[in-house]
Amino acid sequence: MSADLVRVRAGVYHDSVHLMRAGRALTELPGVQVAVVAMATELNLGVAADLGFDVPAAGPADLLIAVRGEGPAALEAAGAELDRLLAGPAARPEGGAPGDLANGVPGGTPVDAPDGVPGGGRWAPRTVRAAARAALRADGGAATLVLVSVPGPYAFAEALDAIEAGLPVMIFSDNVPVEQEVLLKRRAGEVGVLVMGPDCGTAVVGGAGLGFSNVLRPGPVGVVAASGTGAQQVTCLLDQAGVGVGHVLGVGGRDLSAEVGGLSTLHALETLDADPATELIVLISKPPAPEVGETVRRAAEGLATPVVTALLGPGRGDLTDAAEAVLRALGVPVPAWRSWPAAARGGPYGGAGATEDGGARGHGADGGGRGHGGGAGGNEKDAKDTGDAGDAGDTGGADGSGEKRARRLRGLYAGGTLCAEARLVARAGEFTDFGDDSYTRGRPHPMIDPSLRLEALSAVPPGDVALLDVVLGHVADPDPAARLGPEIASAAARGVRVVVALIGSEGDPQGLDAQGEALRAAGAAVFTSNARAAAHAARLLGGGP
Amino acid sequence: MTPRAPSGEPRVITVGAGALGEALDAQAVRRTEVGWRPPMPGTAGDLARVLADPRRVRANETAVGRLLSARPLLVGVRPAREALELAEGSFLHAGPPITWERASGPMRGALIGAMLLEGLATGPEDAERRLARGRVRLSPCHGRGAVGPMAGVVSPSMWVFEVRDAEHGGTACCPLNEGLGKVLRYGAYGPEVLRRLRWMGEVLGPVLRDALERTGPLDLVALIAQALQMGDELHNRNRAATSLLLRELAPGVVDASPGHAADVLRFVAGNDHFFLNAGMAACKVSADAAGNVPGSTVVVAMARNGTDFGLRVSGLGDRWFTGPAGVPDGLYLGAYGPADANPDIGDSTITETAGLGGFAMAAAPAIVRFVGGDVAEATAATRSMYEITLAEHPAYQIPGLGFRGTPVGVDVTLVARTGLLPIVNTGIAGRVAGTGQVGAGLVSPPASAFTAALAALAEAADRGGPGPPEAGGAGGPAGADGRRRTPHFDEL
Repeated sequence: MSADLVRVRAGVYHDSVHLMRAGRALTELPGVQVAVVAMATELNLGVAADLGFDVPAAGPADLLIAVRGEGPAALEAAGAELDRLLAGPAARPEGGAPGDLANGVPGGTPVDAPDGVPGGGRWAPRTVRAAARAALRADGGAATLVLVSVPGPYAFAEALDAIEAGLPVMIFSDNVPVEQEVLLKRRAGEVGVLVMGPDCGTAVVGGAGLGFSNVLRPGPVGVVAASGTGAQQVTCLLDQAGVGVGHVLGVGGRDLSAEVGGLSTLHALETLDADPATELIVLISKPPAPEVGETVRRAAEGLATPVVTALLGPGRGDLTDAAEAVLRALGVPVPAWRSWPAAARGGPYGGAGATEDGGARGHGADGGGRGHGGGAGGNEKDAKDTGDAGDAGDTGGADGSGEKRARRLRGLYAGGTLCAEARLVARAGEFTDFGDDSYTRGRPHPMIDPSLRLEALSAVPPGDVALLDVVLGHVADPDPAARLGPEIASAAARGVRVVVALIGSEGDPQGLDAQGEALRAAGAAVFTSNARAAAHAARLLGGGP
Repeated sequence: MTPRAPSGEPRVITVGAGALGEALDAQAVRRTEVGWRPPMPGTAGDLARVLADPRRVRANETAVGRLLSARPLLVGVRPAREALELAEGSFLHAGPPITWERASGPMRGALIGAMLLEGLATGPEDAERRLARGRVRLSPCHGRGAVGPMAGVVSPSMWVFEVRDAEHGGTACCPLNEGLGKVLRYGAYGPEVLRRLRWMGEVLGPVLRDALERTGPLDLVALIAQALQMGDELHNRNRAATSLLLRELAPGVVDASPGHAADVLRFVAGNDHFFLNAGMAACKVSADAAGNVPGSTVVVAMARNGTDFGLRVSGLGDRWFTGPAGVPDGLYLGAYGPADANPDIGDSTITETAGLGGFAMAAAPAIVRFVGGDVAEATAATRSMYEITLAEHPAYQIPGLGFRGTPVGVDVTLVARTGLLPIVNTGIAGRVAGTGQVGAGLVSPPASAFTAALAALAEAADRGGPGPPEAGGAGGPAGADGRRRTPHFDEL
């Protein structure tokens, strides 16, 4: 017999990622059937009500806890675990060195502290404005950057605080109204600070990786990106080729729209041009609004620093091409992009089409790349050199079931740009971007929580090809192969061929090698180039470029 | 401006998802984490509109600049009839506008006392009848360049401190303090109350006037600054300030009136809150200097009439934004308890408006019992007020916080964003007219007054100018009565 526990804690705030992690942890406890741990927004109250919980009156400033378990003991255990999880942030290292407290520097969040009448000596600033003032008072000196990731409707105030304090700001939050974005960027222009975002997923500034960011070696390349995963792909390939980056400045996916007019892109280009350590600038974006594109092009031409522009879209190069163009511009040889062929399996499926024709796609056309014999008309040798990861010994024929069914390519992506790129490269298939707003509302980004993608992967029928991206780096799942591996193995066992685009660097906390090897061992063909992965997947179905 | 290339060791402020901050910790990047919460319910849209107002930053700089640069001097002691040009049959009262019908016990008691003092009624019942018939014109002190503690009732024959702002030229008044216990401002109107008020008008007022003429104007900023460093927060503790004032005035009192000097000095010395009223007038004249700056979101008045709490915002002129006055949480005298307490009352929240009182709690460890009992909580109270204020007072410093200036200049947008309400120290009046003081403690203003002001600021931001008075918030149109005593400046 199941029992419900429903509680509302007034005036207790935790961010949604933290709460969703806590909720997931509860559902994994023995005897717990379902758990909702969320701020009591209308949406979340509805979710709980739909699950059959008797939901009390509560508002968005209250924490809603609803757990269904097999009995009182399970609920009690869940309650205790929740208390432990929610107390977590208070216990983790906070706000710099312990000595900061003595200097009156606030740090950390007073979790569950009563509102209004704060107790004790620790006091965290409640706005970016207050934090900027606090940092000024501290021995460590002024803040240099602000990272905003509050829910979109509230991001404007915090970002404006940063601008008014003269600090550059990265807005990770999405769902920020475009008119607010324009206003923020205009104000920022007036005071000469950069606004990265909104919906900016990645940046590297002054050596600090912000948001979903890879650990990259320092170097001469500066990146301006309206596409987060696009920037991650290019910089990870550069890193693999031994070329480091100085700054990666995200500008947000809407920056090059007609409404925003490329305000941050232009600012970022100037910023990098003024940076003596930046020798080459890479501009990565989806195709801009025509008039904005023209403005940006002219601005780029006017810079003293050379600019490599990578605009993604039909009939244009892919991200790997862009990385290779950068290498050529720097006179650095293009390496064979790393890949891990799928582990050999006994079944009649596998990675035929090992001749993924990277060479044909022109990346070696100028002969600058090592082992790229003049380009057009890729061959087996080229394929080998470019590190294709096809399994040996399969012809890509029957799917083993003998059925005559149109086999399909299923792209199950976490990164929006990577998804779009794969769709362009593969030309056919059914692609889903699980990082899209419609999938992330009320749940963590798929780079953090792969649950939805795992579900989708488990539904891919035998004979089809599943193409996934796995993005490593800070904030991302600490061990994606561990969670994806079993589902990949099970897919492979039932005759689904799995291809993975693994976006990461040697320095990433997850370890590029370890992840590549683990995914390969699970049965996937793994590529560090998303374009190569997509081409390979297409070829497994006998199609593709 | 030329873009700056990022350089040097990054130091990041993070606000929002904890995972993003943890990733920076993993990279050993120095950071300051914001303890963010969602803003007050329903304010997100108004906040965005007000924050986007291009006038806001400069307007607030102007308003706060005036608040901080005011130089209040105690220049005179005069009857309200002269100093405030208060006509016979006109009374002032604390807080936003109120009618007899809605007035609380202590407010009614004080009005009755004023009727008796002015000889406008034959007895309490007669006074009530006349007040109920509207025979007396009631208006808020704040609308006449005055403030009054508790009931704040000022009638023409009462003597007031007159404070002039030497920087901006404004003037503000506050009646002389009667002492503690059964006093008019707490709604008491017995014979001893009236006897004391008459003595104050016949002896105390004239003697102080004469003494002040001998000593010359007194610099109240200097006096307040010293008192803060001697353990006063200038609202619930004025012992040091009263002593300093007494020291300044004593020779003049003796010179001016050897016959009354002992009585006068004994009266002042016997009332630890004697300075409060002079301090309130100093705060009022400073806050008025910050008023009427279009686009400014700075609070320039907070006041209660025992029924409603009300506030005024610089960018919204004389409009009041009100909500129900709360019952203070505090310590009670003798056998009194919370059931005896009247809702919050008085203009003395002008001290918090100007960065004193609850905002300066950390300066007054002697009275930390009001905020829960320990010094850490007093420090935390002051520290939390930096979250909702725009500046730190250059002259009013707190030794215990490393001589940091007190938090000053409450910004309506910061109140809405943080959900932190101004911390107010206050006396507690008895609920029944005539009871007097029953305790002292801490009170929170109603959030609705701030959200109403925010909504009006949003309307004004959309229009690019201050709203028409009839478009008022919860409090409705009010306060445009009488002349203002502070000169207005052409803004921006």
